[in-house]
Amino acid sequence: MAEKQYVKIFARFERFWHWTQALLVIVLLVTGARLHGLIGGFDWKAAFGVHLVAAGLIVLLWIFAIFWHFTTGEWVQYVPTFRNLVAVIRYYAYGIFLGEKHPAKPTVRRKHNPLQRLSYLFLKLIINPAIWITGILYLTIGSNGLPLDWVAWAHLVAAYAMAVFVVIHVYMATTGETVLSYLKAMITGYEWVVVEPEKKPGKR
Amino acid sequence: MRFRWLKTVGIGGRTLPCILAAFVVIGGAAVHAQEKSPPTADHTKFESLKGPFTSGPEVTRACLACHTEAAKQVMSSIHWKWDYTHPVTGETLGKRNVINAFCGNVASNEPRCTSCHAGYGWEDESFDFSDETRVDCLVCHDTTGDYVKFDVKAGHPLYEPLTRKGGHVYPDSLKQKSGGMTTYLPPDLAKVSQAVGEPGRANCGACHFYGGGGDGVKHGDLDSSLVSPPVEVDVHMSPDGADLTCTDCHTAHGHQWPGSRYLGTVRDDNRGKPGFRRRDVASCQSCHTSTPHSTASIEGLKLNDHTDRVACQTCHIPEFARGGVATKTWWDWSTAGKLKDGKPYAEEDEHGHHSYLSKKGHFVWEENVVPDYAFWNGVVDYSLLGEKIDPSGVVPVNKIYGSAEDPGSRIYPFKRMRGKQAYDRDNNNLVLTNVFGPETDTAFWTNFDWDKSISAAMAKTDVPYSGNYDFVETEMWWPTTHMVAPAKSALSCGDCHARDGRLSGLSGFYLPGRDLFKTTDRIGLSILVLSLVGILGHSSVRIVMSRRRKRT
Repeated sequence: MAEKQYVKIFARFERFWHWTQALLVIVLLVTGARLHGLIGGFDWKAAFGVHLVAAGLIVLLWIFAIFWHFTTGEWVQYVPTFRNLVAVIRYYAYGIFLGEKHPAKPTVRRKHNPLQRLSYLFLKLIINPAIWITGILYLTIGSNGLPLDWVAWAHLVAAYAMAVFVVIHVYMATTGETVLSYLKAMITGYEWVVVEPEKKPGKR
Repeated sequence: MRFRWLKTVGIGGRTLPCILAAFVVIGGAAVHAQEKSPPTADHTKFESLKGPFTSGPEVTRACLACHTEAAKQVMSSIHWKWDYTHPVTGETLGKRNVINAFCGNVASNEPRCTSCHAGYGWEDESFDFSDETRVDCLVCHDTTGDYVKFDVKAGHPLYEPLTRKGGHVYPDSLKQKSGGMTTYLPPDLAKVSQAVGEPGRANCGACHFYGGGGDGVKHGDLDSSLVSPPVEVDVHMSPDGADLTCTDCHTAHGHQWPGSRYLGTVRDDNRGKPGFRRRDVASCQSCHTSTPHSTASIEGLKLNDHTDRVACQTCHIPEFARGGVATKTWWDWSTAGKLKDGKPYAEEDEHGHHSYLSKKGHFVWEENVVPDYAFWNGVVDYSLLGEKIDPSGVVPVNKIYGSAEDPGSRIYPFKRMRGKQAYDRDNNNLVLTNVFGPETDTAFWTNFDWDKSISAAMAKTDVPYSGNYDFVETEMWWPTTHMVAPAKSALSCGDCHARDGRLSGLSGFYLPGRDLFKTTDRIGLSILVLSLVGILGHSSVRIVMSRRRKRT
């Protein structure tokens, strides 16, 4: 087995994408809650304006990210696998308490464990599209002829899914070797990972 | 010369209007009414108008000598007939027939009420509605401001000086005060008739601003402040705004005017011929279209999304009675008739408005009133004389039709007039009252006896009166459409998109920001809370276990 090395696993764009997205999602959730009437505290019209600008930016960001994933081939990071999945689930449900080692060792070609792959894929293929498709339908409600309450409801459900994802994602980010190690990696881009030999890409 | 000071700095004559015009164009803020075409007749040159005239009908006769069809046109209008058959409900409406929440009814009170009839001499039910000389041309076409239909003369102006204690609406130039008494001088009918022109705001306002017995009493969105309002009060009628007159929107066609409150034009998606102003309707859309906000911005597009269900007035008339004139919002007739030392008396509120009059009961006056909102499809249904009412609740003097489910309805602002009115306890219907009549022994304002008053008024109808009366709480809906504020003063999103906003009382539709999806929100928030609880549990176990490991 190759030695662990402190190498860059998150490219500059990836980190920019992640943190901008994080900020925009928070802004969208807060302004969305205001628009929906769950919270008060600031002007509805201002909330609408900010929500709209943030939504526009995040859609733009997603378009860039999709482009980036295809051009760099990094999309393969999200191909689902069931290998080791049970072990990972068992780890989070039990092993983590005993101080066991994480069953999935991150490598440069395999940055995410099987559970991450599945949840991120769900985010990218289900939650994100649902939220922006329903959002665009909501914005264009005057011309698409759909019933307002249906579209509003669908957008709300997608928003709750996003909110739940954010909460769990933030907590999971504290489950590294130390509480802050994943966070540090997402900021600096560097992490201690196994670097596979160049010539044996197939052997995992 | 009004701009003499400008002359001294070398600006004036033709330059000044040009500069002003340039400001208007560059500023883009004010769109002025098109200057009216100069008339082809100078009425001072007509022999027939030299006078002297001793009565209104004499003037009318002179008018009709040239304007041969004018009286016929007026006589087919609601201004003359006070009679209207509603095309949807089939009800017979019009001032002659309806009961309202103010002075109640015309029948038996004619000389007072008919001071605003577009005619002369409607003293009682014997009035000849076919006599062309009884049409009053001057009240609409006077441009001097001197012509006033005296308020108790059945539509006539004064023909001789009249000395009274005061209190009548009259131009200052024709009033003389001495020793606590006021002498009202008659207008010079010849002078008035030679200065006729198209009606201005003051002409229409002479009646429509004073409905219900005084300035601003009835409508709330029509009062004397609109004769020359600041832009903030009314962008259309302000001399500093568009300076429109009533008939710029209520476009006359043969002395008929669109803009009925019995059958309102609430939704107007019709398009006229390109380049032509529609003249059949007094709707905002006839000038502003159904997409009045800029389509170059998302804000404008989103605002335009509202116009299918929200009337322009709802956002653009944030409050009514904004011109410094209060409107009556509560009129309780049941307390009328109290006397002090055998004499009628008055009480005033902190703003100097009558809060009690022995003649009329208790009032509440309000300024800057936030309207009531309701879906309206334009149809108004009246509780007519003889219609059964339910006195256990608030009796609707009129009802407005419309709902969220009806695509022809839009959310519309209203003044909801409330109060207490007389009804027949045995027959369960509203009753007419005879209130005016200084020389009669039945008029309430003279004798303070309800039974006599009701009996006398009901005798004018074929609806029986049991003799057993009481008072019931009533409400009446008045559509609000004037006093359009500048765009910056329009309502903002959050005024309605809020839990307890202006539309909190409306139902049957989803309003973002007001309505939650109760079940979905409960489930969604529960999942979020459960996630947090799970995280709390998971992290607690992690902390406890790692401490334990460190100890061993």
